[in-house]
Amino acid sequence: MPLPTEMDTSSPKHLRDKYAIIGVGETSYTRGSGMTTRALGSWAVRNAIEDAGLRPADVDGMLSYQSGDSTFAPFIAGDLGIRLNFYMDVFGGGSSTEALIGMAMGVIEAGMCKTVVLFRAMNGFSQVRIGGTGARSAVPVSGDMLHSRAYGWQSAGQLFSFTFLRHMYDFGTTPAQVAAVRATHSAHASNNPKAYYKERVSVEDVLASRIICKPLHLLDCCVETDNATAIIVTSAARARDGRHPRALIRGVAGRVCKPRIDMHYQHGPISTVAGKYAREILWPNAGVAPEDVDVTGSYDAFTFTTMLQLEDYGFCKKGEGGQYVSDGTIRLGGRRPNNTSGGHLCEGYTHGMNMVIENVRQLRHDTDDSCPRGADGRRQHSYDYREGGCRQVKDCEVTANLGWAMPGTGSAMVMRRD
Amino acid sequence: MSIKADYLGMPLSIDELDGENLTYFKFCAEHNFHLQLCESCNLLRYPPTTACPWCMRAAAKWVPVEGRGAVHAYTEVQHAIQPAFKAFTPYLVLLVDLDTQKGRPSAQEALRIVGNLTTAAGKLAPRDMVERVGIGTRVRMVFSDVAPGLALPQWTIDENAEQPKPWRYAQT
Repeated sequence: MPLPTEMDTSSPKHLRDKYAIIGVGETSYTRGSGMTTRALGSWAVRNAIEDAGLRPADVDGMLSYQSGDSTFAPFIAGDLGIRLNFYMDVFGGGSSTEALIGMAMGVIEAGMCKTVVLFRAMNGFSQVRIGGTGARSAVPVSGDMLHSRAYGWQSAGQLFSFTFLRHMYDFGTTPAQVAAVRATHSAHASNNPKAYYKERVSVEDVLASRIICKPLHLLDCCVETDNATAIIVTSAARARDGRHPRALIRGVAGRVCKPRIDMHYQHGPISTVAGKYAREILWPNAGVAPEDVDVTGSYDAFTFTTMLQLEDYGFCKKGEGGQYVSDGTIRLGGRRPNNTSGGHLCEGYTHGMNMVIENVRQLRHDTDDSCPRGADGRRQHSYDYREGGCRQVKDCEVTANLGWAMPGTGSAMVMRRD
Repeated sequence: MSIKADYLGMPLSIDELDGENLTYFKFCAEHNFHLQLCESCNLLRYPPTTACPWCMRAAAKWVPVEGRGAVHAYTEVQHAIQPAFKAFTPYLVLLVDLDTQKGRPSAQEALRIVGNLTTAAGKLAPRDMVERVGIGTRVRMVFSDVAPGLALPQWTIDENAEQPKPWRYAQT
């Protein structure tokens, strides 16, 4: 697809296509890793360095994000013999991946370092459960948290459900429409040998699963897993020598917020999420529009989060997200598949990074499905999306990742194939 | 003075430096709901903050605010994650539009106060009461007493108000 050049756009951005993702890596997705987040992190970062065809000495920057549940960059750098010219460990979960990729571009642009690896390492099932049970719910309730946790309003599902329910009230969105997100992502995961949940489920299965907190059924919620993920960012010029086609970064929006982010429900409509604001940065930065995008990676902590973001970034009209996610558009073989790896609902929970990794592989035309490898070592994709088959999207040229921290905060990134 | 207390077996605390929350919950303990009123732009704000979200001035005074409003959104928790709440499922967490200052300073804004649905005595509501409440239900503020200087503002059905038919999530 011909992309707009600088001349075509009203908002020229001199960093467009100047940086690229050249390496991606992950551990296996398990429940019970049997190792520390440090061991998981060094495993994923090593895989990303090898995927890029680099040596440890080629990497001199490191970024990570966590919520008091993980190791820090210096330990990973030490384990792998990486001498750093820059590192930073950032507080946060979802929405961090795209934001940190933007930060990596910025520190390289500033001349502080040349090549940055970012990682997220977590035992989200066996140590600090991401759903909020165990360690997280045992933390004493103090100060500002008295306005939330003292009401049994603590887990991500509980905190976000006002937005989810109000969307149903405002627009008539139905449980079956959003359940289609799980059914779709499970079909994608069935073609992903590394996914934690590979079994296909139906809309009826989702609706028959028990209610956690209305309007969320168990199967509207993502999986909790132990894993680490890593991504390597460098300049497009430096990336020319890489092992793979470059995934060029068109534009990034990072942790864009609704007003009153201390308690965002003060500012309505509460059925609108941060994507409404982020899209005003993302699309002009990227020089493309939603209709130019071949594959989306819309964060699926819950079925609803995928739907809300696709809607507010403009992939459909406001209020029509339920229709958009249930009419076949987001399925493999549909107009614009979403989360082709199975995402957080099925592949594993990594606070967003595995969805970026998947889109890098889509842009390389090298998703790691069960298709056979050819003489060049790359998979010969069949584009047969039946269970156990292919998950490569044909001629994938442009992808969008839509990261979610909560209804009030989101990040996003557009990439294109070189 | 800091506050350390126990609520449903859950440790609650406010640090002695946290003047905003100490004052907010002190008024709640007196069952006399107060919010900060900005001395520059005369807007109320929730929850307690250290400056005005609309004009950034720090100076504010605590003023009494009537605890009445309508449910804007809710979640009905059937699977509690905090041990303190497991004995009370299903319980409701409500987001309530206060009548006071609704639609100001812009049409989409309101003082949206979080609380549980409770009995008039501030105990988490029984199932038959939970099942009567949805979006639109008129509610009034009550309090769950925790300790000297600390009560939690809560919501109960306003039995004296004319009630619209509430919107409830269909599946039980």
